[in-house]
Amino acid sequence: MSLKSPLGRVLGLGSAKSGTEHWWSQRLTAIAMVPLSLWFVVQMFGMSSFDYNAARAFVAAPVNAILLLFTLLYNSMLGTQVVVEDYVRGARKVVMLVVLRFAYIALGVAAIFSILKISLGTA
Amino acid sequence: MTTKTRPLSPHLSAYKFRITSALSILHRLTGVALSLGAVLLIGWILAIASGETAYQHFAGFAGSWFGQLIIAGFVFGFYYHLCNGIRHLFWDAGKGFEMSTARASGGAVVGASIGLTIVTWAFMFVL
Repeated sequence: MSLKSPLGRVLGLGSAKSGTEHWWSQRLTAIAMVPLSLWFVVQMFGMSSFDYNAARAFVAAPVNAILLLFTLLYNSMLGTQVVVEDYVRGARKVVMLVVLRFAYIALGVAAIFSILKISLGTA
Repeated sequence: MTTKTRPLSPHLSAYKFRITSALSILHRLTGVALSLGAVLLIGWILAIASGETAYQHFAGFAGSWFGQLIIAGFVFGFYYHLCNGIRHLFWDAGKGFEMSTARASGGAVVGASIGLTIVTWAFMFVL
């Protein structure tokens, strides 16, 4: 007889309450980063060095930056979170995890704001 | 609490150097470094959004020898993390765990990432 509640059995999350979501998300973003990052590098090859208009046009195409940045930041956030969880202890660990999470949200919002500003042409 | 006097697990120096463990920690190091690279990438986008003058400041730094050195370093970090990440995905699928395979795939990762880095450097600085 299982001591698990019926709800607990259905959710299947175990005592950590998050199941395999972190692990699975890290793999999915990693797989997505393979073509996305290679494609970014190829794009950078084609771009003449630091030309303002070329850079603008690249970021202005919404799929370009948003797709890559979302996957990159998500993959990076999950990865650095594990590094902190592995090497930092006690209260410092909790503080660092919270600061990291906020930093990633701030980075993402700053990126989205800039991309919108560029592609909507108000910059 | 007596936690502080408890013995530590064997110190890193107790372990023999192994290509597999060296590549493992290098994967984390490059991952953390590339996360800082993501910050710079977003800095690039912020600079574009702030107008041409701000962008020229950013481009000036990125174009300097120090900026180019940083970018050259990120190129290797990127290719290494990419190649070794693919190696990790094979492990996640349950393949390639035999010691001989793990050593061989490790060597392949080092070779591929160095090769790709040199080709990219050639494009960046020579061609």
